Amino acid sequence: MTDQMPVTSPVLEMRDVSISYSGIIPAVTGVDLLVRPGEIVGIIGESGSGKSTLAQSILGLLPETVKISGQKLALSGVDLLAASDSTLRNLRGPAAAMIFQNPMTTFSPLHTLGRQLMDLLWRERHLSTLEKRQMILVALQDVGLPDPAARLEAYPFQLSGGMLQRVAIAAALLMRPSLLVADEPTTALDVTMEAQILHLMREIRNKAGVSILMISHHLGVIAELCDRVAVMYAGRIVEEGPVETIFADPRHPYTKALFACEPALISDTAMRLPVIGGEVPRPVDVGCGFAGRCSQVLDCCSVLSPPWVAVHNTDAPHLSRCHRSAP
Amino acid sequence: MTAGTALIEANNLSVSVPGSGRWSLARKPPVDILIDVSVAVRPGEIVCMVGESGSGKTTFGRSLLGLVKPSAGQIVLDGTPLPDFTQRSFRRIRREASMLFQEPVTSFDPRQRIGSIIAEPRRIAGSGSLRNEDIVELARKADLAEPLLSHFPHALSGGQARRAAVARSLSVVPRLIVADEPTAGLDVSVQGGVLNLFLDIREEFQTAFLLITHNLSIARHVSDRIVILYLGRVLESGPAREIFRAPRHPYTRALLDSEPVPDPTKRRTAPPVIGEVPSLTARPSGCEFHTRCGFVQDRCRHERPVQSTISADHQVACHFPLSPRLTVVDQGPRLVPRAANRK
Repeated sequence: MTDQMPVTSPVLEMRDVSISYSGIIPAVTGVDLLVRPGEIVGIIGESGSGKSTLAQSILGLLPETVKISGQKLALSGVDLLAASDSTLRNLRGPAAAMIFQNPMTTFSPLHTLGRQLMDLLWRERHLSTLEKRQMILVALQDVGLPDPAARLEAYPFQLSGGMLQRVAIAAALLMRPSLLVADEPTTALDVTMEAQILHLMREIRNKAGVSILMISHHLGVIAELCDRVAVMYAGRIVEEGPVETIFADPRHPYTKALFACEPALISDTAMRLPVIGGEVPRPVDVGCGFAGRCSQVLDCCSVLSPPWVAVHNTDAPHLSRCHRSAP
Repeated sequence: MTAGTALIEANNLSVSVPGSGRWSLARKPPVDILIDVSVAVRPGEIVCMVGESGSGKTTFGRSLLGLVKPSAGQIVLDGTPLPDFTQRSFRRIRREASMLFQEPVTSFDPRQRIGSIIAEPRRIAGSGSLRNEDIVELARKADLAEPLLSHFPHALSGGQARRAAVARSLSVVPRLIVADEPTAGLDVSVQGGVLNLFLDIREEFQTAFLLITHNLSIARHVSDRIVILYLGRVLESGPAREIFRAPRHPYTRALLDSEPVPDPTKRRTAPPVIGEVPSLTARPSGCEFHTRCGFVQDRCRHERPVQSTISADHQVACHFPLSPRLTVVDQGPRLVPRAANRK
């Protein structure tokens, strides 16, 4: 990803970013990621792959003990690695907003939704309360919430998970962010609601032109929504590219194994489902993190970090980080 | 559902809970969680119960074992009905059946080691205690690494905890295992292992399973029969293969269509169902799905459909069932399980 220049200035740019807890326990190592305006980028990975840590680093939500290092971590062109608390505070909202996995814990249980949404508009000092209320009603209408005026008086527990997730999306959009970070936004919802929320997210990208960074472990969700996808394993991105080419022709052995396990991709006559043996290891400094579970492991895999290899070298590159992919 | 052959049978089982404001004069009427649910599980059969949250699928699983007291209906074990719904009567079922709870770690005593947790049901059932070798053998059957037996529950990963729960359920050699969302929260690379374990257990002990899940692609793979629940009523039930190929109830169809397909070339243009599951305290009139149904007609709003039999084992509760010839394949490429050729 590092060798190509974006046409427009990216909303999010990460270059060789590493994150470790207390400086000892690595969670993310050497991640390069680029999100361009209006683009939906997916990050897929299993639990423990570091995808949520990565998402939270973008909004500066990680605890103080976490060390973030790297060449570049820029949000809307502002360097986050050197940012002060007040710079970060000014970025949260206009530059990036986040939707969390569990809508039930997104909001404070003690205040009405109207009050909490109103609080988000603290920057708009020139607006009257009535104008703000109008803005909120429009935002709630845009996400398809029935009877928005009544919801303003409601407490979070009075709404279902699906409705609350809509409110959370409305809250995020209220601040007109250029990037929406969604961390497993449909995992806690039913399939019928998931389909509706995914549809809504695609609509807001098309209408408001907001970029979305979608974190998920669900292949179906990524395929449904994203333009580009990065596959994460043990703190590293192991494969990335346009969603069409990755789903049609996965190259990294981990991506292949992940696809092989997906029940929706297996013909329905087979009863036994494949698994990937072993467990996700801690991120490794040298070699490939997947070497211990890989079926096509080479001698060099555990000692040499695999280079990025271009699989399809079109204008939208498909890259795989595997010795096997090397020509 | 042919009587006599079933291992366990629920006939018109209903569960209702008292309305809120229990002790006040403004007490609300009771809320019906399950209404007239009839399901039979035959020996060695895997039955999947599918529905959205609030459909009553968990309550059904629990009521079979008496963890929730049914308010009406009948439970039949091996052809003999339970005389009543007292805890004493349910003991007969609990000797034959065990339960895998939704969150295995919270169903373990945090102060006991896994080995002793696994041995506990046998102690309670009064069938004598297990020797250490027996516990190790159970762990081996559940594919649980032996060193984990001396761990405490909190030290286990999601997949390991499920395996420990399976090992525990095997200690009484159950003829029925009720598994509530056995793969929720597991990574795809691990969930297959848990489901394969179920198939192994069925092979070895002829154990029947009642799988409660909202994950249709899992139901597609492991189940023999499917029961679709909506607001506590069965909308469709029948052989899994038949239902997945040609669902007859519009709701089943909508559920199948809602599952996102891992293929970016088959994106949906619009969500298959809109809106939410109605509240159990304000059930819609007529067919309860009519508020979200894409095929709704006037009759649906007033008249509740009764279960009609489509084939010996396939029932549907709909005035206007979808045509069986409109199979999922014909109705568009959305649901075709693809990439069988992809390895």
